[in-house]
Amino acid sequence: MALDIDQLTVRQAVVGLRTGAYSSVALTQAMLEAIATRNPAVNAFVWLDEADAMRQAEAADRARQAGQQGVLLGVPLAVKDVLNVDGHPCSCGSKILRGYTALYDATAIARLRAAGALLVGRTNMDEFAMGSTTENSAFGPTRNPVALDHVAGGSSGGSAAAVAGGMALAALGTDTGGSIRQPASFCGCVGLKPSYGRISRYGLVAYASSLDQIGPITRTVADAALLLGVMAGRDALDATTLDQPVPDYNAALTGDLRGLRLGLPREYFVDGMDPEVAVAVRAATARCRELGAQIVEVSLPHTRYAVATYYILAAAEASANLARFDGVRYGFRATGEGAPIDMYKQTRAQGFGCEVQRRIILGTYVLSSGYYDAYYLRAQKVRTLIRRDFDAAFAQCDALLTPVAPTPAYRMGETMDDPLHMYLGDIFTVTANLAGVCGLSVPCGRTAGGLPIGLQVLGPAFGEERVLRVGHAYEQSRQGEAL
Amino acid sequence: MNYLPSVGLEVHVQLKTNTKMFCGCTTAYGAPPNTQVCPVCLGYPGAMPVMNVAAIRLTVLSGLMLGCRIGAHSKFDRKSYFYPDMPKNYQITQYDQPLCLGGGLVIELGGQTKLIRLTRIHLEEDVGKSTHYAGCSGVDFNRAGVPLMEIVTEPDISSADEAVAFLLALKQTLLYAGVSECNLEEGNLRCDVNISVRPEGTGKLGTKAEIKNMNTFKGVQAALKYEVARQIRCVAGGGRVVQETLRWDPDLGETFSMRSKEDAHDYRYFPEPDLLPVVLADAQIEAWRATLPERPAERRARFMHVYGLPAYDAGVLTAERGVADFFEATARLCGNGKAASNWIMTDVMRLLGESGRSVTQCALTPEVLAELILLVERRTINLPTAKGLLPELFEQAGRPAELVATRGLGQVGGEDEIGRLVEQALAANPRVVQDFLAGKQAAAQALVGQVMKLSRGKADPQMAGRLVAERLAARQGGAAVS
Repeated sequence: MALDIDQLTVRQAVVGLRTGAYSSVALTQAMLEAIATRNPAVNAFVWLDEADAMRQAEAADRARQAGQQGVLLGVPLAVKDVLNVDGHPCSCGSKILRGYTALYDATAIARLRAAGALLVGRTNMDEFAMGSTTENSAFGPTRNPVALDHVAGGSSGGSAAAVAGGMALAALGTDTGGSIRQPASFCGCVGLKPSYGRISRYGLVAYASSLDQIGPITRTVADAALLLGVMAGRDALDATTLDQPVPDYNAALTGDLRGLRLGLPREYFVDGMDPEVAVAVRAATARCRELGAQIVEVSLPHTRYAVATYYILAAAEASANLARFDGVRYGFRATGEGAPIDMYKQTRAQGFGCEVQRRIILGTYVLSSGYYDAYYLRAQKVRTLIRRDFDAAFAQCDALLTPVAPTPAYRMGETMDDPLHMYLGDIFTVTANLAGVCGLSVPCGRTAGGLPIGLQVLGPAFGEERVLRVGHAYEQSRQGEAL
Repeated sequence: MNYLPSVGLEVHVQLKTNTKMFCGCTTAYGAPPNTQVCPVCLGYPGAMPVMNVAAIRLTVLSGLMLGCRIGAHSKFDRKSYFYPDMPKNYQITQYDQPLCLGGGLVIELGGQTKLIRLTRIHLEEDVGKSTHYAGCSGVDFNRAGVPLMEIVTEPDISSADEAVAFLLALKQTLLYAGVSECNLEEGNLRCDVNISVRPEGTGKLGTKAEIKNMNTFKGVQAALKYEVARQIRCVAGGGRVVQETLRWDPDLGETFSMRSKEDAHDYRYFPEPDLLPVVLADAQIEAWRATLPERPAERRARFMHVYGLPAYDAGVLTAERGVADFFEATARLCGNGKAASNWIMTDVMRLLGESGRSVTQCALTPEVLAELILLVERRTINLPTAKGLLPELFEQAGRPAELVATRGLGQVGGEDEIGRLVEQALAANPRVVQDFLAGKQAAAQALVGQVMKLSRGKADPQMAGRLVAERLAARQGGAAVS
């Protein structure tokens, strides 16, 4: 009988491989079959080299036979199309990187490889991680495997859909304003955005360098802890990684919340929020109290400026980060006559999609001389205020509980003509990126229509142990329920 | 009406680091195109910069040499513009918080000294090099990411000659500090020249034009002369100078407009999020300061004072740090600064000039030269013998004392011995003696030459001269008596 990976977790796979219950080849084969069957309806994967995947699996099995070990030896993982994996394409959901093949491994990828993991396939995303629905992709939209007429969320929608849709045990995502937590919430899986500087960004194609972080999308909090432990830590190739010791995240998963103070930020429970989301998050809060936590109300007063601040800073950084895609050295180049500047214009006009062009133009505008002080500089000041909000909040409590998004997954196409509506959906997630703190998305229920709802646990910078502990205890308390 | 030019320079100096500013690629010059590149310096997706601390150190050293204030908190910024030789289409540079502020350099021209003030020194990455062919262009990214220091002056320079004097003094200072090879042929030193003119008696500077990317001092001089004359002609004729960027055509000897102010780039500077700000501890700056060499002007003054050298000699000996170091080591070892100066300024410099080598590239060391000087001083060998040995010692390592011993070059010492040789010479050349006695003074010199020849060059020429004179005087007296 073929191996069923529908519910399989990374930890279970690690045990299964170690005990010889199955081989990496069998596990990978099962994954490839699941993708072949399910991906056409979902479009979670945009690229897959089956032979390459099987070669990696065979190598892992041989390594095990040779006595080698590795915490992830033989475990196949899916990778968001924004991370460089040596020899694989890396197109960031964009036409402009058509034909580009990565020349090197991102540091996070290299660490997973060193732990024995296999890197299988490329998952869909909003182009250059700009979007919250994975509809802005040159490879077409990803659908939510839980409800195919709904979006998977974004920008790491392909990764969340792969995990939720039974096509991957776990996947890597990136989170600039909620791009791991929101799709995890929409699809009903676990998503962790680590603190800024916890995982090296080297090899992550930058959208907004001061906000981007790599993180895992998994089926359990314990899997997220496991993958974080492998990827975290100082990297000489990324000057913004911190030289903080990497704790044993698994040891933090105690299963109880005794002695913890959890804060409910007043500003995160707003009018106009989907009532089913509000109810589910309130219920999750009550459950945490039952598990031993003390619940306190806190305030993050500058929250209402967060979305505007985020879109100014992220767009500003993006306008420079995406300048390198010009057709000169790699990727797509528009054909035609004329001076280099015309080639740039044509290449970028044809190579970038609408949302990317919108943000490049916005970013160029806010950095222009005469506007810099009014937009970029002011946004940096607000960012400092938001960071102080979190400092003050974490002086009163150990972690925060909030919804991940004000609504469950949108219907396909719902936000395409109304970007502002989509931007406002980021309100509860962008603050963590602006403040550099960590955040975890854990399933906490479903709407009457069956759409997943996510609980967000926010912790201070380098407080991953706390958010994992809270998320894990909550998850354990609801084991067996269909979330 | 008389017009005064005001000139400011922006000098770009490639720093002497082994690797590039943000990656591990080598900075060696002259490799085949695009062989010293990696994802970082090619601006590949996902690659990130990591600061090369050596570039920071060399910039701070330059700042300390030039009397700058070192910024306590410095940062890097992105400067955005599109060009095929710019891998990321933004350059990592320093906008409002450079590493070094203020400072200045004293230049000397026609016996007058003048301080040229500096505005700042900042650090940035170099771009690639474009080459244009018929129908296509190529870009070599070997140079992309090489650390480049930009030294910006105040508009204190008032002539083409002053500009060149500044550049020469700057080059000398940077070579002393060891921060750059300052090789103009390899593009280590390039500058942009800002020029304006104003009527004498007015304080406000005129509208400036900028000549971009000059890479020879001669070019700077010619372009400046041309542009100053052009602007004066323009203003004197009732016109107005347009703020624009110019290109110098060395073949035509004219400047051409590249773009006007209206077309000026908006570089959209903002802080580089991939790099942390540079915060230098005082202790770090002081530790670097302790490694600084003496400045050229100070060293020149000290050479005059300590070794009693004339200003000109001290200037020649301190022009290059290597020569100055060589001189000073030689002078210390032989205890005779004057002799060391004479040897180096004449024979050693001639050999260096003929061979095209620098003082560190020849076999001659201060130890060897000092030994040679001492051998002469102690009269072990005579000066001609010593000078004869120098070319050999310049080419290959050797100990002068050993050469003298093995080849028997020691000076023929005693007065008796040389006296005998004098008698021999006089006896063998009666004609010459006759000539002398007949009043031909120069004949004595010929006899000294004969004595040197008889000694195989080893006699002390001074003693030989004295003894020949004595013996001839004796004969003259004798003739008078008879």
